[in-house]
Amino acid sequence: MLVARALSKQFGSLTVIDRVDFRLADAEAVGIVGPNGAGKTTLLNLLSGAMQPSAGQISYRETDIKAQDAAARCRLGIGRSHQVPRPFIGMTVFENVLVAAQQGGQAQGADAYQRGVEALQACGMVEHANRRAETLGLLDRKRLELARALATKPDILLLDEIGGGLTDGEAEVLVRIIQRLRQGGIAIVWIEHIVHILVQVVDRLICMDAGRIIADGSPSAVLENQAVMSAYLGGGVV
Amino acid sequence: MTQYYGVERGTSRTRIILIITSCLVVALACGPALMSANILDHLIVLFIYIILAISWNALAGYGGLISVGQQAFFGIGAYAAIRLSYYGVPVYLALPLGGAAGAMAAGIASLFMLHLRGGEFAIGMWVLATLIQQLVSLDPLIQGSTGTSLLALNHFAPASRRADTYWLSLAVLLGLLGALFWLLRSRQGAAMQAIRDDEEAARSIGVAVAPTKRLAFVFAGLGAGMAGALWLAASITFQPGTYFGVQWTAYMIFMVLVGGIGTFEGPILGAILFFALETIFGATGVWYLIGLGAVSVGFALFAPRGIWGALEARFGWRLLPVGYRLVLGPGFARDKTASSIVQSDHHA
Ligand SMILES: Nc1ncnc2c1ncn2[C@@H]1O[C@H](COP(=O)(O)OP(=O)(O)OP(=O)(O)O)[C@@H](O)[C@H]1O
Ligand SMILES: [Mg+2]
Repeated sequence: MLVARALSKQFGSLTVIDRVDFRLADAEAVGIVGPNGAGKTTLLNLLSGAMQPSAGQISYRETDIKAQDAAARCRLGIGRSHQVPRPFIGMTVFENVLVAAQQGGQAQGADAYQRGVEALQACGMVEHANRRAETLGLLDRKRLELARALATKPDILLLDEIGGGLTDGEAEVLVRIIQRLRQGGIAIVWIEHIVHILVQVVDRLICMDAGRIIADGSPSAVLENQAVMSAYLGGGVV
Repeated sequence: MTQYYGVERGTSRTRIILIITSCLVVALACGPALMSANILDHLIVLFIYIILAISWNALAGYGGLISVGQQAFFGIGAYAAIRLSYYGVPVYLALPLGGAAGAMAAGIASLFMLHLRGGEFAIGMWVLATLIQQLVSLDPLIQGSTGTSLLALNHFAPASRRADTYWLSLAVLLGLLGALFWLLRSRQGAAMQAIRDDEEAARSIGVAVAPTKRLAFVFAGLGAGMAGALWLAASITFQPGTYFGVQWTAYMIFMVLVGGIGTFEGPILGAILFFALETIFGATGVWYLIGLGAVSVGFALFAPRGIWGALEARFGWRLLPVGYRLVLGPGFARDKTASSIVQSDHHA
């Protein structure tokens, strides 16, 4: 449903994404791993519309979306979270998800309330509903980031390191949340350093290094790949 | 299991505040019958200051657009009123139409100005204001920098003119406050607050940033335009240099920063404070202006949420809330295992 061809992104003379081809099928879950600075977040930014590619094509459901900005893509059904959470700090947790339901999800009145509450429930944030987002700790900010993306009613969720810093128990909860979303038919692209969390959810794994995709396939095949091992300097990935 | 929740849009205190406000409005509306000419003149100025403050707050506090050129619309409001009156439009109609011209000018300016970012936009607005001032000065009716007067107002006896101007100012103030309150409580308003907090994140959840900013920009143009027209009604004379002077924007910034940027109540408080300061210290000239600047900078650095923001944080005050409060009813499971949710009738 989401297809990118020969995608490149340069910052000045620095090439951060180098002719990447990427394809996501309906309801598919893909994990992206790779060392720091590999270009994972930048790829996500190009897919979500937060950044314009220097070259290449992006289409969604056979429609060219390169000219659409992030807001338009969100309304089409591409939701995302940010690696460093970006809550609306002057608004409450509930207002954060509500505005997402109203804008990205294009829901009105009680429908928007309903979707907001559901998104908070899915992420275990209901009890914080009336807190100002500014007062949340990092973990809750990450949950809010996920809840807000969910409230936009996405068909594709682009997730950027929402699992970092979680305890084992919390990670388990997160995995269950994402698994339930998958069952609901949402396609997922999930960037995560913690591979053992990732492999519980995804059916495909991509490894990036220096702006390129160096491996793409089933999680077990990718993790045994020699190039992937050396990209991580031989350090145990799993 | 069935869960109930409701969404509250106000508190019991909100109702009390609205009642108090209504009483105050009725009292103010009787002003011309009760108050001296001097007090009426002062109140007109206060009303205009509040209009200026809320309009700059809508722009900067909610649209994230820092402009130092709002005097453009202040001047256009007054100038358009003079022009329309000259064409034979009844003067008390020409004045609000002049204000509307401020909104129209903002709508046109938004087509090119909103492509500018940050500091470019701020300075660009100043340049635009200066440019418009030059163009207005070319109109023979204005007689260059000498200026002119809204002669049609001289046909009214001073007392009735004062009362009419007072009522017009009060009506415009209430209209704009009501419109802003309604706007901020709408979907658009929630989107504006999201932009205020993080423009890129707002875009990522589907907020159409450009139209939302345009809305804030046009509202601010309307406010400044109305304020300019009202100032003209109060002072009758019009000199381009005065109306298009940057001091108007400086006052707006002061009132908003001190009162509390990005809050509904803060700028009103800031305007009242500014009005009081000016009444007490205004005669001290340049030191007064330096003092205002220093206080603005001080607030921006050390109390970025202003007086109202600090009160709100300290005491949890929400007098005229524009937000939403989720109320969980009986049976609402507070964990994520909950599966069904039923919307209750509980609506505030
Ligand atoms: N806006 C920018 N301007 C210049 N360089 C940038 C910009 N954004 C990212 N980069 C550079 O692009 C490279 C890839 O960054 P990116 O954030 O995509 O990596 P990443 O794979 O997400 O890394 P991490 O695992 O640390 O999050 C880095 O070298 C980074 O410094
Ligand atoms: Mg990253």
